[in-house]
Amino acid sequence: MNAAKVLDAKGLACPMPIVKTKKAIGEIESGQVLEVHTTDKGAVKDLAAWTESTGHELLKHEDDNGVLKFWIKKG
Amino acid sequence: MKAITASEVTKKVIHNEELFILDVRNETDFNDWKIEGKNFEYLNVPYFDLLDGVEPILDKIPADKELLVVCAKEGSSVMVAEMLEEAGRDASYLAGGMKSWSEHLEPVKVGDLKDGGEMYQFVRIGKGCLSYMVISNGEAAIVDATRMTDVFTDFAAEKNAEIKHVFDTHLHADHISGGRKIAEKTGASYWLPPKDAEEVTFEYSRLEDGNEVMIGSTKISIQAIYSPGHTIGSTSFVVDDQYLLSGDILFIDSIGRPDLAGKAGDWAGDLRETLYKRYKDLSGELVVMPAHFMIIEELNEDGSVSEKLGTLFAENHGLNIEDEGEFRKLVSENLPPQPNAYQEIRETNMGKISPDEEKQREMEIGPNRCAVR
Repeated sequence: MNAAKVLDAKGLACPMPIVKTKKAIGEIESGQVLEVHTTDKGAVKDLAAWTESTGHELLKHEDDNGVLKFWIKKG
Repeated sequence: MKAITASEVTKKVIHNEELFILDVRNETDFNDWKIEGKNFEYLNVPYFDLLDGVEPILDKIPADKELLVVCAKEGSSVMVAEMLEEAGRDASYLAGGMKSWSEHLEPVKVGDLKDGGEMYQFVRIGKGCLSYMVISNGEAAIVDATRMTDVFTDFAAEKNAEIKHVFDTHLHADHISGGRKIAEKTGASYWLPPKDAEEVTFEYSRLEDGNEVMIGSTKISIQAIYSPGHTIGSTSFVVDDQYLLSGDILFIDSIGRPDLAGKAGDWAGDLRETLYKRYKDLSGELVVMPAHFMIIEELNEDGSVSEKLGTLFAENHGLNIEDEGEFRKLVSENLPPQPNAYQEIRETNMGKISPDEEKQREMEIGPNRCAVR
């Protein structure tokens, strides 16, 4: 998947992964994709709920050996 | 802005104090499990909806009530509490978040033993698990210990009691037992019902019907009563001819569910036999002390959870279903969701897997869900 930007939020605890994701998504254009890497397990539910409430689209997420990766399309 | 500990919140629950809780976890987690208190009010707004500021929710937070912000692990609640303080509100946050809430144990003395000695209940307020310690003449026995083992060993040390026996009434599916760890640490015997222990990977003492164990020189007896139904091995204890430790068979306002080891249909009959015959034959004066509570209304005024067996036979719906078919239906159909990660928890308690502490914590998140009402 072609990401316009990759955010490394590994090692950060809640709420920082989402705080940084929000900032990073502000820096890309509508329709572009942001890739987020985090190790905070709480991010799975929180990012899904956050994208839904903000009108972005969570395209997919995967667990790559403990690193959670998310692809979010800006709404 | 100050931190409030799980212990302080527990006291508010026990004393029925008022508290306004702003829970900033996502909606799913909040709906699944939250801090319960008779006079607590709630507002659930996820922290990620408050990143631009708390102004939109200020008018939903009463200014005249103590305000506690709660999240999963603390971080987000600190952020939101800071924002609220900047907006001119007094706000505290729950130290350690729901993780600490899940792990907090409140020891409550529940009775004296006839020849001296004391009986303590450890109330795991956030998850509804109850453990017990019987102390007599410098010796202690523990029943259904949770994985926060230091709380038990420190408590026994404080009471100058040596832990001699550790029991589990059954193989738990909702929480990780601390029994084996305490036994290893103290040299105590670890007792499990063999019918629940067929797959365990460690040595244990066989807990069987009629076993009698003495604690202290005054000989406080702990008598085992085979009482299958929640699991096939489930065993209750009568302590000092006064207390009935009912495990997950009988609760204050509900009864055990027979399906967590996968056999609701087979065990419904055992459960009925145990509750309607074996328990019926016991003295109604025995004080029932279960391994769980499900709702905050089950707490007594001092925060303990107990009731006379006779009272439960009069008032507990699960003990008053005359029709066997109807009983079977209640305990095997429309059951509540199963506890989080219950299969992995059972495997951990069997010694088959050894997840690290962080993983254990995560497996135990949420309510216990061991009952049917």
